[in-house]
Amino acid sequence: MATLDTASTTSPPTRHPARTDGATRRTPKPHWLLLVPALALLGVVLLLPLAQSFLRSVGAPDLTDENYRTLFTDGVTMRVLLRTVRTALLVTVIAFAFGYPYAYVMTRVGPRMRAVLLVIVLVPFWTSVMARNFAWILILQRGGPVNEFSKLFGLDVVLYGNVSGVAIAMSQVLLPFMVLPLFSALGGIDRRLLLAARGLGSSPVVAFWKIYWPLSRAGVTAGLILVFTLSLGFYVTPALLGTPQESLIAQLLAQRTTQLLDFEGAGALGMVVLVITLVLVAWANRIGGTVSAIGVVATSGTKEAR
Amino acid sequence: MTATELDVPAAPAPPRARRRSRGVDAVPWWLRLVVAAGALYFVLPTLFVIPMSFSSSTTFSFPPEGFSLQLYRNFFTDPVWLTSLRNSFVVALVAATLATLVGTAAAVGLHHLTGRLARLARTVLMISIVTPGIVIAVVVYISFLKWHLVGSFAGYVLAHAALGMPFVLVSVTSALSGFDSKLLRASASLGATPLRTFTRVTMPLISRGIVTGAVFAFVTSFDEVVIALFLRSPTFQTLPVQMFNSVTFEVDPTIAATSSLVVSAVTVVCLVPLLLGSRRKNR
Repeated sequence: MATLDTASTTSPPTRHPARTDGATRRTPKPHWLLLVPALALLGVVLLLPLAQSFLRSVGAPDLTDENYRTLFTDGVTMRVLLRTVRTALLVTVIAFAFGYPYAYVMTRVGPRMRAVLLVIVLVPFWTSVMARNFAWILILQRGGPVNEFSKLFGLDVVLYGNVSGVAIAMSQVLLPFMVLPLFSALGGIDRRLLLAARGLGSSPVVAFWKIYWPLSRAGVTAGLILVFTLSLGFYVTPALLGTPQESLIAQLLAQRTTQLLDFEGAGALGMVVLVITLVLVAWANRIGGTVSAIGVVATSGTKEAR
Repeated sequence: MTATELDVPAAPAPPRARRRSRGVDAVPWWLRLVVAAGALYFVLPTLFVIPMSFSSSTTFSFPPEGFSLQLYRNFFTDPVWLTSLRNSFVVALVAATLATLVGTAAAVGLHHLTGRLARLARTVLMISIVTPGIVIAVVVYISFLKWHLVGSFAGYVLAHAALGMPFVLVSVTSALSGFDSKLLRASASLGATPLRTFTRVTMPLISRGIVTGAVFAFVTSFDEVVIALFLRSPTFQTLPVQMFNSVTFEVDPTIAATSSLVVSAVTVVCLVPLLLGSRRKNR
């Protein structure tokens, strides 16, 4: 990685020509050099490994689609994939149920309260992954608060070791991805439209359903797709809160890699998961412009807090 | 887009009779309730680990029994936990430094570039944020095995730096968006070399973006567990991996003490940019 030292020594702004724009397209600027270290790092850690795994999965140099066909015919992968999709849908529903009202109220409170609500939604995002999952184990296990609470009603609900518990724990940390696109979508809706509707005699429910909901739909779709997509790739939560009998796609991927050492099959499955993810994210991005939201989620706490 | 005259009987219509001082457009109480429940759902689970960390029990049983500092004592006396902590800290420090250097350079470079190719470059640099962690972990593991980087310090640092870099890119880019490039020309016309211009003019103005990015890169690395699980070796593992072991193989309640320590530490670290931000703003 000899390129790394260039990061600190190459100087950013070149001696500036009088014009800062217009000339950019004709002559390549030395600014491209500043991208080299970052691209090199990404190349070593992500792009090159992805390429290698992909080539392996198609059996380079002589091409074959066998590893991909096996995914459909081995009887396991598809079942696990379906279970993963079901779980992701459950996560999305939970996140939407909490996220929509939450984002709505965020648009209706003062700036100070809004900052508080934003920080609260980001708390799970900031807390250590392992600490969070450990906490969920404590809460969901037999004899834990959820189980004891259900016994008050004569039930015996244990959400530890099944998909429901996994979904609850996933939704908690994915909520920012629902709330932030929704917040920006709902914030842009002119509330006077609702007042106008009320003034013309519509009930609050009709006003909401006919006016507010259609206007918020882009943000809703973006949030739904984003949460759904991100839950497809979760590994730690299902590994700790779920069971091997009900494993999700990420666990299958890990198992094929480290236990079965089936690098060709794992590579093929990894590519499928990656393509599904990128397609869905690009779609969400087209609708609601939210990929940057992921970065913003992380850094927003610093910008929003006033 | 007109409101229909449909007269649907609405459930939560407020009584028309008495005008209360509340506005016609107030947030209804049941929504406040939903938000309160949501807030609890976000915050409460994490707080569970704190009482657990003072338990004297040797299992994960809840509620905690007794009151002792036994678990903290375990953590601070067990070489396995301490070594993992040290590894995590050093890896995060080096990875965050690396991520900050390359991420800041890339952000400055992209700030001056326009056009389709630059947009593509930005997208490529951001791609690791939307790539599922497990996919990164698997392909990195397969390639790093070949390159003998699995279980090595360098392997951890490279992988974690690549994960943290997009956060640096985002935060420095947003800091640069408020940066007036006339200053660069002013500086150059006064005879400063580009490097001097960067260190004397650009850096101070975007320092908050750089610090924020660096903090996030550090936390990202310190907390990363999926890739770390694949890269671990008997001789080198990080704290989250040890926490994972303690839940899966060992049933070691020391994780409760570790969790509450990590949660407190990360909270403090995350508050630093917040406080820096608010101090600047409250001029």
